[in-house]
Amino acid sequence: MAESLVKMENVSYAYENKQVLSHVDFEIQRGAFIGLVGPNGGGKTTLIKLLLGILKPQQGTIQLFGSPLNKFNQWNKIGFVSQKANTFNRGFPATVYEVVSMGLTSKIGYMKFFKHKHKQKIMDAIKQVGMQDYIYENIGDLSGGQQQRIFIARSLVSDPELLILDEPTVGVDTENVQKFYELLHHLNENQNITLLLVTHDTGTMTHHATDIVCLNKTLHFHGDPSVFTNLSEHDLSHFYGHPVNLVTHNH
Amino acid sequence: MFANFFEYEFLRNTFYTGLLIGLIAPLLGTFIVVRRLSIIADALSHVTLAGIAFGLLVEKKFGLAFITPFYSGMFFSVIGSVFVEKLRSVYKAYQELAIPIILSGGVGLSVIFISLADGFNTDLYNYLFGSVSAVSRDDLWMILIIAIVVVTIIMLFYKELFMLSFDEEHAVVSGIHAKRIHFLFMIMTALVIAASIRIVGVLLVSALMTLPVAASIRIAKGFKQTIVFSIIFGEISVIIGLITGYYFEIPPGGTIVVTSIIILLLAIAYKRIAFNLSRKKAME
Ligand SMILES: Nc1ncnc2c1ncn2[C@@H]1O[C@H](COP(=O)(O)OP(=O)(O)OP(=O)(O)O)[C@@H](O)[C@H]1O
Ligand SMILES: [Mg+2]
Repeated sequence: MAESLVKMENVSYAYENKQVLSHVDFEIQRGAFIGLVGPNGGGKTTLIKLLLGILKPQQGTIQLFGSPLNKFNQWNKIGFVSQKANTFNRGFPATVYEVVSMGLTSKIGYMKFFKHKHKQKIMDAIKQVGMQDYIYENIGDLSGGQQQRIFIARSLVSDPELLILDEPTVGVDTENVQKFYELLHHLNENQNITLLLVTHDTGTMTHHATDIVCLNKTLHFHGDPSVFTNLSEHDLSHFYGHPVNLVTHNH
Repeated sequence: MFANFFEYEFLRNTFYTGLLIGLIAPLLGTFIVVRRLSIIADALSHVTLAGIAFGLLVEKKFGLAFITPFYSGMFFSVIGSVFVEKLRSVYKAYQELAIPIILSGGVGLSVIFISLADGFNTDLYNYLFGSVSAVSRDDLWMILIIAIVVVTIIMLFYKELFMLSFDEEHAVVSGIHAKRIHFLFMIMTALVIAASIRIVGVLLVSALMTLPVAASIRIAKGFKQTIVFSIIFGEISVIIGLITGYYFEIPPGGTIVVTSIIILLLAIAYKRIAFNLSRKKAME
């Protein structure tokens, strides 16, 4: 059996009085490419914040790479691109290179400096997302989709084993969304990076993911994309709490 | 005229101090500006004023030599920075509320100490607007130590400070000890303010931390370059400001700040012209 990188058991979470997650059991196996879907407010971002330790669950246990969350300290094995990644201060004077270099900060450690091999890694990560022509541009001068790619490069530069992306394709045009999924696919297949991707484009997602997880306060579905696409409209609207129309692109 | 600065010891002390604060104020100021904390520098400088007033009071009433206004000001400033942090965590959703609380607290205490010391005197005037003749040899040594400490800490924790400034949540998720680093940062801010007050004065110290950065941000690419330009602009402002201040017998706080505003205007104009030129080129 494959090693499980994330294991949540019976996790519940409430903001003040609002119950957002209840009794969630969720597991990510090494090598998986998981598409996390669900309605707005369904608790996807909350789930991610829980497993990154930004929020503490009121109930249940979380394990990362086999150790309990409060003992876990290999944070550089996890890359993360937040849903709010592009809400940073647009006037912030930082070049693309500088932004990507931040991905190595904790890996290099306190009171140590960037070395030549780190510079090479930063350049490679920028190339990987196809932004090598913008290395010395200020991040605020790029388009939303380009910024998003830079944030992905920042999360790739530390060679994460698990990459968590919260709606990274918002504001990216269709052609680039397609390229973006190809990039993720490549990372998953060839570099063996485990992926957790939150997205609303269920259609494209089902072509690339190994698993689809549908979350709306509780876990409604965890399984094969083909099973998910063949769910009846009735089941889906039950998961989402309102009628949905699953758009599938058949290539 | 320039020669005077090396002829008289007090002017020499002032000049060296000026060079040191022209380095550390914009250096730290770059982080302060991008984190949108400029106003905190103002609040802390007013707390420092309370400390200075306290020092003047003690000096006058008891004549204790070991509590000079410079040291009591520094002490208040550091305590003030700790308070700012405490208040910011109490009022999570209204973090800016910490600033009027600290600022008015500082001014309130200053007024009390000043009147207990029987009013305004020239010393206090110098602390408000800066002075070319205020720096003793001991002060210079202390400021040199502060400068070395600040520059060393910023070099050692540059990566983390930069990351924290850009995206605090991401820094925390990557395992950076945001709280501790931020605390260190606030203490450094308090020290730099206390060190700068002798020359630029309470009312204008935050200007030396922010105006050179404001000019630099207009024209620099990236963070490192922003720091470098900020320091260059800071040094130019201090040097021109000190010399003209001395020559015209004006408190240097005024001349330093006016010089940095002129630099800021030039930077804005330069950016305009460069922008228009490159647009013309792009349209051809
Ligand atoms: N900081 C917060 N304080 C209080 N309630 C919150 C907070 N953050 C989220 N919530 C609430 O928790 C619920 C789940 O939010 P969450 O952000 O996890 O949803 P999501 O599935 O990521 O939605 P989306 O698809 O819109 O990103 C929402 O109803 C939201 O109003
Ligand atoms: Mg979300």
